[in-house]
Amino acid sequence: MQTAFPKVKMPTDSIMLRDALMRRIRAFFYDRDYTEVETPIRLKIPCMELHIDAEPSGDHFLRTSPEIFHKQLLAAGCQRIFEMGKCFRSGELGPLHNPEYTMLEWYQADADYMDILEETRLLISTVWKDVSKQWKILTVSDAFLEFAGWDPAGNYDEDRFDIDLVEKVEPAIKKIGGPVVLKDYPVEAAALSRCRPGDPLRAERWELYMDGVEIANAYSELTDPVEQRLRFEACAQQRIALGKEAYEIDEAFLQALEKMPPSGGIALGVDRLLMLIAEATSLDAVLPFR
Amino acid sequence: MYSASDLKKGLKIEIDGDPCMITNFEFSKPGKGQALYRCKIKNLITGNQFDKTYRSVEKVNRCALISRDYTFSYIDGDNYVFSDNETYEEAILNEELLGDQKYFIVDDMQVEILFHNDRALDITMPNFVEMVIAETEPGARGDTATNVMKPAKLENGYEINVPIFINEGDTIRIDTRDGSYADRVSKG
Repeated sequence: MQTAFPKVKMPTDSIMLRDALMRRIRAFFYDRDYTEVETPIRLKIPCMELHIDAEPSGDHFLRTSPEIFHKQLLAAGCQRIFEMGKCFRSGELGPLHNPEYTMLEWYQADADYMDILEETRLLISTVWKDVSKQWKILTVSDAFLEFAGWDPAGNYDEDRFDIDLVEKVEPAIKKIGGPVVLKDYPVEAAALSRCRPGDPLRAERWELYMDGVEIANAYSELTDPVEQRLRFEACAQQRIALGKEAYEIDEAFLQALEKMPPSGGIALGVDRLLMLIAEATSLDAVLPFR
Repeated sequence: MYSASDLKKGLKIEIDGDPCMITNFEFSKPGKGQALYRCKIKNLITGNQFDKTYRSVEKVNRCALISRDYTFSYIDGDNYVFSDNETYEEAILNEELLGDQKYFIVDDMQVEILFHNDRALDITMPNFVEMVIAETEPGARGDTATNVMKPAKLENGYEINVPIFINEGDTIRIDTRDGSYADRVSKG
C-alpha cells in the first residue's frame, strides 16, 4: 500500500510529487527485473517520423525518443530495459505539450503490445491508483465507426483521420473517462509497429488515454529491416513534400533490427501523468520553470 | 498571411472576406499525428460563433482593421453621420449597428470608429455621457439611497433605471458601455 501523494497547490510543490512518482516508477521496474539504461540525448540521426521534428543541437540533434538505442540494446541481448529521461520535440507547445519533457520508455523482449498493455495497467495501478477494473479497450475501427461514422482501416485519409480523432473520437473518450485504450491503428499510422498477423490493414499499436488525456503509445515492434527501410524512405519523401527536413536513414539501427527479438515497447509521458495525478488540466501545474 | 502556428486567442483574421476573431484556441497533436490548431471563432460582422480546425500547413488571411477618430455631425433618417477629424470625410453608421449606443450620441461627440476595409464595424464612444431625465415618478424627498431603483426615460426615449431620489429635469451620467446609471450631475 502506497502512502498518499503530496498535494500540489503551487507549481513548485509538484517537485515533491515528481520525486514520489519517479521513485515508485523505478521501484516498479526494479521489482520486475528491468535494467535501467541511459542512452544518448544528443544523436546524429533522429528517428524519422512524419510529424515529429527534432531540435538541432550543434552538429547533432536532441532525441525525440530513446527508441532507436533501446532497440539496439534488445538486439544486443537485453531482455527488459527502461529509461526515464528528457526528450525534445520542436514546436510542440500547449497545455498538454512542452518542447522538453520527461518520457518513460520501456521494452520487453519476446513480448507483444498486449503484454505491454497488461504491464501498463499494473504500472498505473501500482504507482497511482487501482484503475484495473475500469480499463476500457476499443479498436480504432470500432471507435471511429461509433464516434465519427467511418472506418479508417483500408480507407485511410490522414487529414480526415487526425481531425476526426481530435474533434470526435477524443472528446468521446474523454466522456467515457478513466483509462481508455485505442488499439489496432490503420497500417498507414503504424509508425514503428508491426502489422497484425493476417490483417494487413491494421498495425499492433495502442494508445492509452487517462480521463481523455493521451499518456502512452505502445507497439509490437517492427523488427523487419526491409519493411522498416521502406517506411523510412516513404516517410522521408512525405517530409520533403511537407517542406520539412528529411533525416538520414539510420543504417546502424536497420542493421540491429536483423538481430532484434520480437518485442513490445512503450513510451509514456511522465509530465502528463503527473498533471493528472495533480488533478490539473495544464502542464503548467507540474512544470514550474516553463 | 498567418501560418496556422501563429494563431492565438484574441487574434483577428479574415475568413471568406469577413473579419473574425479567435475567441478560444487549443494546440492539439494526437499520437503520431499532425499538429492541429483548434479555434473557436467569432464573425465580427454577424456575431456568429463557430469552430474551425487548422492544420499546420494551412495559411490564414490577416485582417486589416483600422480605427480612426471622428466627430458626430448629424442624423439623417436611420443613419448617424460622423466626420473624420483629419480629412473631414463622412462616415455613415446605421442605427442597427449602433444598437443602444445610438441613444448616447450627443452633438460634437468624439468617437473612434473601427473599419475593416471600408466597412465600419464598431464604434467606441466616451465611457460616460450626461443626459437629462425626461420622465420619471417623483422622488421621495430626502431619500438618498442608491440601491433602490425606479424606471425613468430620457428625452430620446431610452429607458433606464435610476435611484429613487432622481427627478424629471435632473442631469445624470450614464455609462455608455452597458447603458446603466452612474451618478447625478445636477438637479433639474
